[in-house]
Amino acid sequence: MTKIGLKAGARKKRRLYFLLTSIAVLGLAALLVLSALEDSIRLFYDPTEIVEKNIGPGQNFRLGGLVEEESFESREVAGILINHFVVTDGNESVAVTYEGLLPDLFREGQGVVAEGSMNEDGVFVASEVLAKHDETYMPKEVVDSLKKRGEWQRKAAETHPQDKAL
Amino acid sequence: MHKFANPARFMRLSKIFLPWFMGLTILLFASGLYYAFFLAPEDYQMGNTYRIIYIHVPAAYMAQFGYGIIAVASAVGFIWKHPLADQAARATAPLGAGFTALALLTGSLWGKPMWGTYWIWDARLTSMLILFFIYLGYMAVWETIEDQVKAAKIAAIVALVGIINVVIIKFSVDWWNTLHQPATLMRLDGPTIGGDMLTALLLMIGAFNMFFITTLIWRIQSLILRRRVRALRMQLGGGQG
Repeated sequence: MTKIGLKAGARKKRRLYFLLTSIAVLGLAALLVLSALEDSIRLFYDPTEIVEKNIGPGQNFRLGGLVEEESFESREVAGILINHFVVTDGNESVAVTYEGLLPDLFREGQGVVAEGSMNEDGVFVASEVLAKHDETYMPKEVVDSLKKRGEWQRKAAETHPQDKAL
Repeated sequence: MHKFANPARFMRLSKIFLPWFMGLTILLFASGLYYAFFLAPEDYQMGNTYRIIYIHVPAAYMAQFGYGIIAVASAVGFIWKHPLADQAARATAPLGAGFTALALLTGSLWGKPMWGTYWIWDARLTSMLILFFIYLGYMAVWETIEDQVKAAKIAAIVALVGIINVVIIKFSVDWWNTLHQPATLMRLDGPTIGGDMLTALLLMIGAFNMFFITTLIWRIQSLILRRRVRALRMQLGGGQG
């Protein structure tokens, strides 16, 4: 290909097409790589996947879901706080135990991500518990008065059922 | 667009606009900070801690806004060979890198009390860190390659390839499960924040944006002047220095 023969306009057009095609090709390559790595990019598994995959004891992984309402229980044994709660995605649920302090945002009905492994009894023994919060911001007063009138619902979970497990 | 691509005209116009932009920046920061700290109420879950979003969210937006400018300017510079476009892209990079660092830092400080950790390798946090490294790499190309025409070309290619990462940042919270929450503002069914909280956030985003643009104009001016100084020196000293 001779460059000298081309007019300036044709060269500009050629550079434009070069850019567009390279970005399209690179984008496609990135898409393929990312979809191949799906399993390692995701941060956690939800209880349904854990039941389906039947992950054996001793294997380390992260579990994510909502803390089931009225499932949280905490005891102090010899100065160490032992917490029990159930993580659910609305379909399946997994019992969790964790020794230590929980983050501020840990609450029943809230999202949580725990790292650890299953024990012989099918209970998830967590070595670390992180709280996940949703994207909704609301004034305290508004929520208090909604609660008083009995109209408070977890809005995010209501309107985005697909986000429920997240 | 071609009119503004002339450096002399850019210098003339930017001198007129700059004081206005500065004034608007100060005004937006004053009202935004007042809203953020006095008028916006406490969050029902996070109390006062959530107020870090008034720094974190605008900084993260500017990290990507900066990249958008670099990408567009690089494409214009690469295809149409406008020297001003190359200079604009180059001038944006340190600003974008700074805001990326600020977003990572404030997010980390927020993560400790709320999530329980400073850092986690989830898709959002990791892709943001990669953005920071792309900025640094882009700046390194400009610094290490002596020949400015060649440097502009290679930097433009680096910048345009990096666009893929910006797309990944935006959708990381939708494509994979992450510890970072999904979008609050830019979502199809409207923002999940309202009232004074939303006003404060929008004002702060506006303030950060005007600050970004004002500083960018400054930086482009000084890059243009530096080029002129170099050209004059070449004429005088016969190519030394």
